[in-house]
Amino acid sequence: MSAQPNVDTEAWPESYGDEARPRMGFFTDTSVCIGCKACEVACKEWNQVPEDGLLFTGDSYDNTGGLGANTWRHVAFIEQDRPLRVGDGEDGDAFRWLMSSDVCKHCTHSACLDVCPTGAIIRTELGTVVVQEDVCNGCGYCVPACPFGVLDKREIEDDGRVWKCTLCYDRTREGMTPACAQACPTESIQYGPLDELRERAGARLDKVVADGFAGARLYGEDPTDGVGGFGAFFLLLDEPEVYGLPPNPVDTTHDLPEMWRSAAVAAGALAVGVAACLLGGRR
Amino acid sequence: MTERPTDGYYGRPIVKPPVWKDEIAWYLFAGGLAGGSSSLGLAARVTGNRALARSATFTAAAALTASPLLLIKDLGRPERFVNMLRVVKPSSPMNVGTWILTVAGTAAGATAACEATDVLPRVRALAQGVAGVLGPALATYTAVLISDTAVPVWHEARTELPLVFASGAAASAGAAAVILTPADSAGPARRMMLAGAVGELAATSVMERRLGELGEPYHTGKAGAFARAAKTATAAGAALGAFAGRRPAMGRLAAGLVFGGAVAERFAVFRAGSQSAEDPRYVVMSQRDRS
Repeated sequence: MSAQPNVDTEAWPESYGDEARPRMGFFTDTSVCIGCKACEVACKEWNQVPEDGLLFTGDSYDNTGGLGANTWRHVAFIEQDRPLRVGDGEDGDAFRWLMSSDVCKHCTHSACLDVCPTGAIIRTELGTVVVQEDVCNGCGYCVPACPFGVLDKREIEDDGRVWKCTLCYDRTREGMTPACAQACPTESIQYGPLDELRERAGARLDKVVADGFAGARLYGEDPTDGVGGFGAFFLLLDEPEVYGLPPNPVDTTHDLPEMWRSAAVAAGALAVGVAACLLGGRR
Repeated sequence: MTERPTDGYYGRPIVKPPVWKDEIAWYLFAGGLAGGSSSLGLAARVTGNRALARSATFTAAAALTASPLLLIKDLGRPERFVNMLRVVKPSSPMNVGTWILTVAGTAAGATAACEATDVLPRVRALAQGVAGVLGPALATYTAVLISDTAVPVWHEARTELPLVFASGAAASAGAAAVILTPADSAGPARRMMLAGAVGELAATSVMERRLGELGEPYHTGKAGAFARAAKTATAAGAALGAFAGRRPAMGRLAAGLVFGGAVAERFAVFRAGSQSAEDPRYVVMSQRDRS
């Protein structure tokens, strides 16, 4: 094994035995995103994702809104009255434009996968997280369980199931690059083995910081964070919440034993209470 | 440190609000009513209070007939509801709950069928035992189910929510039994209703206080309206119930208030979840506290 931190997930690689492949993921380097939305379009084309509303939001160039059942890549646009780099815009009209292509994080500890009552959500041999559309019964539990608001129910023509990014499972299992990464003209979206991407991201962050991007940080590369690190992580130029991302996400099932203990206490109190009520006679 | 914005990205939600419709709020209530009634039915049977055992048994069976129908109706693919039972998955409270519901529902149905037709007393005793023992689990697992999400007002209340649901279950099951049982056999139901109502008011107020600013949804919008209605009805019902004693008409009026209060409390919790997820401030607030 290399000196890389352990990023094993619950069902990968052990349960796949010989079929396990290196864990694959995305590194989205937002410092070179130009907001062209080629990723959004390529994703829709390849995965035949339905139309998600022709809206004019007025929120900069973002007319997509956010990830959901019918949007698996979402480019965020943020306009700030701040310099892009330290020392820029000292003439008083500092302005910068942040762009970032958001996607399912394919968490090491995936809340959606944990809470799914049917086993429809699985971990693939590539360590990615996929919803099996022939099993999902549309209970919707994964929707509020995801700390990033990635999954949603598709309400088109009685579909009723939950959909999200598959990390192009049909392409990646054949050794191909996912559609969004393939289409990205600036290599803002990079696909590859996760440990390689982490190394590359570390080097890139050093370069970006040295170039004067003061707010630059990696988001989701840390295997000790609340979801055990993301399979799809980011280089951001500001706080995560600026991009609509949670600052410190956790896999909610981390607290599940504690929740069952609280429920056991309450259930015990109810049982004792009922028994006590019967002791006082029937009138 | 610079000021971090709390309205995030154009004020859009960070986590997705639950997609569950009102059926699920009704189920949160029905599961509690069924669980409380099953246990009350068993306890009444053991202590020889036939009239009370009968009414609690029928209430449990009715609530457990409605429960799966409500749940299936809310599925995006109702015809695939049996997929819930294709695995046993301890990491999913909904899966665990479906198994509890399936066993408890079958047992409660069998109990009620035997009770109504007055046949197979041993089968009835066994089924009533199973349903009664599973009752508290049925009444509280839903609290685990909703706190096992990224919804701040639910996840951060994970210690108190089971107590809110358990006391609400006692209040509603007690109230239903007060309404349906002859007053001279309804003593235990009256006590259960009063204890449940007081417990519900206490647990709710502890939960809201412990949530602090995250508990704001319980004071605003629809969740706030439901929460106020719940407190008013439950408190009024408890007070009237204590005053009424064994007077049947007044007792039933009190029970109606407590019953309605328990319904409103589940709707308050349900709506608060949506309001909490819709506002990115709460997500950011809860996670900054954590870091």
